[in-house]
Amino acid sequence: MTQDKPKPVPAAKPAAPPAASPYPGFQLSVLKPGVELKHSSPLVACRFDPTGNWLISASQDNGLQRWELSTSKKTDLAGHSSWVRALAFSTDGKTLYSGGYDGQILSWQLTLAQPEPNRQVRAHDGWVRSLGFHGNRLVSGGNDGRISIRDANDLREVLAWQAHDCHVYQVAFSPDGTKILSGDHKGRVKVWEKDGRLIREFVIPGLHKYDTGFRADIGGVRAWSFSPDGAGIACAGITNVSNAFAGVGNPLIVVADWTTGKIRIDLKPKEAFQGTMWGVAWNSAGFIVGAAGGNGGMLWFWKPDQQAELFAHKLPDNVRDMALSADSKRIAVAFQGGAVRVYPISA
Amino acid sequence: MGELRGCGSIEHTISRRAAMGVLAAGSAMAFNGNALAAPLTHQNKRVLMVFLAGGVSQLETWDPKPGAPTGGPFRAIPTSVTGTHVSELLPHTAMQMHRLALVRGINTAEDDHGKGSYIMHTGRKQEPSVAYPHLGSLVARMVAEPDNPLPGYLHVQPGGGGGSSAGDAAFLGPRFGSVNISDGKPPVNIDLPNGLTQARDDSRHSMRRKADARFLATRNTAETEAYTQTHDQARQMMAKKALFDVTNEPDRLAGGYGRHDFGRHCLLARRLLEGGAPFVKVTHTNYDTHHENFDFHIERMGEFDRTFATLLEDLHQRGLLSSTLVMVISEFGRTPNINRNYGRDHWSKAWSVALAGQGIVPGAVTGKTNAQGTAVVDRQVNGGHLFATYFKALGLDPTKKHYIDQRPIPMTDPAASPIAEILA
Repeated sequence: MTQDKPKPVPAAKPAAPPAASPYPGFQLSVLKPGVELKHSSPLVACRFDPTGNWLISASQDNGLQRWELSTSKKTDLAGHSSWVRALAFSTDGKTLYSGGYDGQILSWQLTLAQPEPNRQVRAHDGWVRSLGFHGNRLVSGGNDGRISIRDANDLREVLAWQAHDCHVYQVAFSPDGTKILSGDHKGRVKVWEKDGRLIREFVIPGLHKYDTGFRADIGGVRAWSFSPDGAGIACAGITNVSNAFAGVGNPLIVVADWTTGKIRIDLKPKEAFQGTMWGVAWNSAGFIVGAAGGNGGMLWFWKPDQQAELFAHKLPDNVRDMALSADSKRIAVAFQGGAVRVYPISA
Repeated sequence: MGELRGCGSIEHTISRRAAMGVLAAGSAMAFNGNALAAPLTHQNKRVLMVFLAGGVSQLETWDPKPGAPTGGPFRAIPTSVTGTHVSELLPHTAMQMHRLALVRGINTAEDDHGKGSYIMHTGRKQEPSVAYPHLGSLVARMVAEPDNPLPGYLHVQPGGGGGSSAGDAAFLGPRFGSVNISDGKPPVNIDLPNGLTQARDDSRHSMRRKADARFLATRNTAETEAYTQTHDQARQMMAKKALFDVTNEPDRLAGGYGRHDFGRHCLLARRLLEGGAPFVKVTHTNYDTHHENFDFHIERMGEFDRTFATLLEDLHQRGLLSSTLVMVISEFGRTPNINRNYGRDHWSKAWSVALAGQGIVPGAVTGKTNAQGTAVVDRQVNGGHLFATYFKALGLDPTKKHYIDQRPIPMTDPAASPIAEILA
């Protein structure tokens, strides 16, 4: 266990003059100084736990880091033999589930002084890409195209099926827990009954292309978030890819109604930023926040029914992931440089 | 050029073929074919070059560094050779490692695609004064049987046009340039034109030969021989067009190769090699993964691994592997450093290739990189060493010279010796 002193960081400069927030209780036009939590390896993921006490980050050294947000104390969690980009929590926040590129899912007693993996299963053939939790069930999706439902207590698989013909990038229980949603490398979203029956399938326009020069698929649903009412879903990724070799494309969020498959709106940054939207979160107050990395780092706030963003903020490093706290008051951004920054957004 | 009239000896046959190439090229260079006239033993040797275009990552293939900051997310797996590990992206190829040799200490010091490709195809850095021929052209020139109905240098590639790439042969002449098999389709015009029956074509050919014979009776030169030979080879290749049809292969075997372009192209390569082609290059594209290196290598290696392992096994089962020099090469490797886009950039200072078959010690590993894969720490070699190794593996003398305008041009870089420890 190591302890890092919190580093106050300067406020990011807004791209536009400060303006009043249309969302009472939130200050979005200026990013307040946050706290920088520094790890020694580039980060690939971050998530707040449901209680807001902890932030979990994952890094290119195959490690997880538990940050106690009140003290910035770091505890390293070792157990995976590859990178981890799938993180989920039990509702009470006591258990962390991690899914790795080693195909493993591990569970951790998060509140222990030094958590160790208490369960470990080989979950997918290839990378575990995404995890979701509801009730006493854990759902996972991976590069084998499968969706797997497990008992959250012992990680025993209770049902699995071949869901996609390509990598499953996202999987989640619907907010009411009655359905399962999955999103894949080709930008397709599928809605399932919990017994594996397919209800609906639709394509998120713009989030995938087959690059004929590169001879490869590029894109996919790289992040997503449900609306406060549960019916909407904001899907994020890269679009307008003109050069898959170099990742020449633009970040994009597409808002859809997953209960009907209808596409509502595209949310595109006004500025021609080059990169991928690695994180998206739909705030309980109604606004959508997206974070992109590639040619630097950017954070945008949108109204979900308005194409032009409300505010844009340049970030100090290349973004790898972004998370919103359960109380919607803090944003965490994981950076390539090894830091995760926690920005308060409440007024 | 009358002095090049053939007397039936190998020496004169070689000279005539070399001269025909130059004539067809319209080259201003006077190529002294007699100087090339080293006696070559035609032992039915073949070469298969698998070119992973764009620069395949050595860390995601032959030289993994799991756990290192540069290692990326993939693990290393054991192979059929005790102590040799490769990336987990190569599970099928790992089981063929007892047939492969790895060269892990390559430093070609050239990070440009075109220049790196040139080094790996010719064994030389580009020079303003002379263009060197591709290995395929040299094999076509030096190893192929003179009466082989198939072009000496076939290139199966995704996309692209048909026709040939005469420039590959440099001063050897366009006759030894690569003939492109685009998307695995037969060469253009391999079928008779619509409306022309075989009987009518035979009749026309017969008439042309009579006219040729009458002309040659008094004016037999290398030019006229080349004209006649070109027609004859075209007809022979038309008769061999079934070689280009992979649908003739058993469905199960085709499935083993993979029902994607690279699978079909490798199956075609095996058919061509088995059918007598002396040099076949198969290009798999694309590995230039500045962005999302790991995702793209899953996709690309997902095609390469099983297909290549099946190809090696198939060559072995047919008794062809021991007489076929196989090489898996690229322009360069990729940076150990992982960039901001989860990509790897060009890296020629420490990378790897794999060899197998004719003249190669199976299971051998030479060269070593440091813990992070950033530099070669043991047995550093470059493209010249590889080229000399190919020569030795094929039983050719790498110290031989070409002569252009009486100017001697060493066939391989005199400063680079063969990699003896991987040569059988």
